[in-house]
Amino acid sequence: MKIHRHSILVVGSGLAGMRAAVAARENEADVAVISICQPVRSHSVAAQGGINAPLGNNPDSKDDSVERHAFDTVKGSDYLADQPAVNKMIGLAKETIYELEHWGCPFSRFEDGTIGQRPFGGAGYPRTCFAADRTGHSVLHVAWERSVKLGVPVYEDRLVVRLVVRNKKVNGLIVYNFRTGELEMWECDATIFAIGGAGQIYGATSNALNCTGFGMAVAYWAGVALKDMEFIQFHPTTLYGNNVLISEAARGEGGYLRNNKGERFMEKYAAEKMELAPRDIVSRSIYQEVLEGRGYGTKENGYVHLDLTHLPAEQILERLPQIRELALRFSGQDMIKDPVPVQPGFHYAMGGIHVDENCASNEVEGFFASGECSCVSVHGANRLGGNSLLECAVFGKVSGVEAAKYVKGVTPPSDAKQAIFEEFVKQQEKHDFWFSGAGKNDPFQIMEEMRNTMKLNVFVYREEGPLTKALNKIRELKEQFKEGVYLKSKDNLYNRELEWVLALEGMLDLSEAICMGALERKECRGSHWRLDHLKRDDDNFLKHTLVNYIDGEAKLSYLDVIITKWQPEERKY
Amino acid sequence: MSLLQSGNQRNESTEVKTMSETKKITFKIKRFNPKKDIQPYWDTFELECDKGTTVLIAIQELIAKQDGSIAMRYNCRAGVCGSCAVLVNKKYQLACETLVLELKKDLIKIEPIPFFPVIKDLVVDMDPFYEKLLAIDPFLMRDHTKDPETEITQSPEDFKIIEEATKCILCGCCHSSCVSVWTDKNYLGPGALLKAFRFAKDTRDENTKERVKRVSTEDGVFRCHTAFNCVEACPKELNPTEAIQSLKRQAAKQAFKFWSR
Repeated sequence: MKIHRHSILVVGSGLAGMRAAVAARENEADVAVISICQPVRSHSVAAQGGINAPLGNNPDSKDDSVERHAFDTVKGSDYLADQPAVNKMIGLAKETIYELEHWGCPFSRFEDGTIGQRPFGGAGYPRTCFAADRTGHSVLHVAWERSVKLGVPVYEDRLVVRLVVRNKKVNGLIVYNFRTGELEMWECDATIFAIGGAGQIYGATSNALNCTGFGMAVAYWAGVALKDMEFIQFHPTTLYGNNVLISEAARGEGGYLRNNKGERFMEKYAAEKMELAPRDIVSRSIYQEVLEGRGYGTKENGYVHLDLTHLPAEQILERLPQIRELALRFSGQDMIKDPVPVQPGFHYAMGGIHVDENCASNEVEGFFASGECSCVSVHGANRLGGNSLLECAVFGKVSGVEAAKYVKGVTPPSDAKQAIFEEFVKQQEKHDFWFSGAGKNDPFQIMEEMRNTMKLNVFVYREEGPLTKALNKIRELKEQFKEGVYLKSKDNLYNRELEWVLALEGMLDLSEAICMGALERKECRGSHWRLDHLKRDDDNFLKHTLVNYIDGEAKLSYLDVIITKWQPEERKY
Repeated sequence: MSLLQSGNQRNESTEVKTMSETKKITFKIKRFNPKKDIQPYWDTFELECDKGTTVLIAIQELIAKQDGSIAMRYNCRAGVCGSCAVLVNKKYQLACETLVLELKKDLIKIEPIPFFPVIKDLVVDMDPFYEKLLAIDPFLMRDHTKDPETEITQSPEDFKIIEEATKCILCGCCHSSCVSVWTDKNYLGPGALLKAFRFAKDTRDENTKERVKRVSTEDGVFRCHTAFNCVEACPKELNPTEAIQSLKRQAAKQAFKFWSR
């Protein structure tokens, strides 16, 4: 059987992946991209509001600087971000935006022709560069266009199911090819995982359907730690009903949040920043209003109103055309005339694959990660809006450059092919078992229970009782999966059911890591809010949570946060 | 409630009333597995749908509960990634944006977008579209050694000229619907030409003349017979035909300048 080979294999074709591939190619590496979807279909495309950089283009942001942007990011992270990593990201922000612009990114413009910048949550200055409300779309397309120019091969319709590691060194990947239905063997000297988010663990999410976080689990099983998994950003304004994202730009442009009494309730929670407080605070405020009966709908599934009716129609049509259409289509409300029903939903995983500020793993040689699936960490306990596209662009590039540097001095181990073949056989056996129908459990039933468990017990507010219950339930579901699940279909060609079963095994392990981290972290920090420990506890928890997969079991440990410039202080807005 | 895309903490008993009213809909899906089937056939399913059920949610529910072998591409759920273009009752639609009950039909027929070879069921091989797209050099071309240290400025008016065209999501509906694409396998097609327009009109691009020349051929803009199928098919309501006409005018101007030198 054929073993395919490229020196660097990038997994994922979103902004981080494409940017990584471009950087590796520019540094003369033999690089290719493997992706479950076609280029430009990845979830980066759905990012709406913008990408942050202290350009100072907005008349109100002339005094903005790298230092101020970095401080806002660290404060927003509730001091859990590693400060050198934040400085690195913000230090590279300007050149990264200009680079994208020079490659043709169609940004909205100010009258003087410079890149448009709008206010966003938790930011001291308007520094969010935007292309109407299609910023992710514009940026992802340009990264792909650049890769086309450089001739980077993209192998689409392929899901990476196994990372082959021997002697703590990357050997290759096992890949399910949807188009042939077969498993494939791929050899590489280095791999860059840029597989995106994990919102599908909760189901109620702004994330795309491919965002199962499966790739995080693939890395975890191969020996790389998961970091800070308990920190999940619940975006305050996902559309009630299907949780499609209504960008923070709606508030950046001047939108209000109102409860069922018509009050701008953010007054009570963040008097100064109001609707533009960081997302963790706004989400909790909405949830609190709903719990105290001042929302709409039910307490279990409540919502508040996002009100833009006081804004000029032209401003909405020019700056927010896509989200107006989304709201109109899915909720029937025209935001020019009517308020839109919104509620918090899983939006972003601050945690992820443990890598350093060069996007490299210190546990497995030749392994790199960037974008949402990675945890560098620059977002800490809460990410600021507009910093995720920035992370993808900056650390995508960093990971590509670093991987290209790494592979220059590497020769593939002589037994790599043997190792890849062994892993291929193991994976094939797994698939054969699922297709055989010998398993007794319905994977979709397990998935529904997993989602309900996580949504009900590990949401905006957390407490020991529900968290313990959730962890036990997830472990029970893992047992059920291990006992054996079955596939209804018998044919492996373009099999979506198979994909969900593969992803489910990963989502269960990620859920376990989320629950363990959340249960042990007895404090409130950023997005992690413990009702039974209502204070931030820097003495005990100013540290990153690590979860390692050791002999088939999840093991928790901690790692110090790197603090250089800004000592933790109380976080007020 | 969908298994794969369940709403936030929904509780059946306290569900808002309008969301829980359901209706049984019959779905006919065109199936084809080239490994086993000699020709495509229609498969029939029934499903309870509510106000929020989109065609995509319905198909996922079928995959989860009834038939795991149904193949389709999908991702963003918000009409922006371009994965899930299908024909719904003979109309080009993004499955994720199409609300089932709003179609006001008890029977809904779903099939792959035509012209492209079928990989399986609703999944098509889009290489014929991508080949044409790559042929127009879909990237900004300029001498980057002369780039400024900051952004290359562009006026809001100049941005407006390309803005519509940059909204394209590359779903391939226009290419699939175009009569000229069907009859001339070398025709670049509306999607690729819209992309050519987007770069030719970008004030930052330095290759406009060559771009216009490249598309001013029998297999380029002049193959468009303004049937407007692409305009009707486009789920983002873009107008490739207009972009093609604009390129035609520019081509004529360029040719005139050449001959009147």
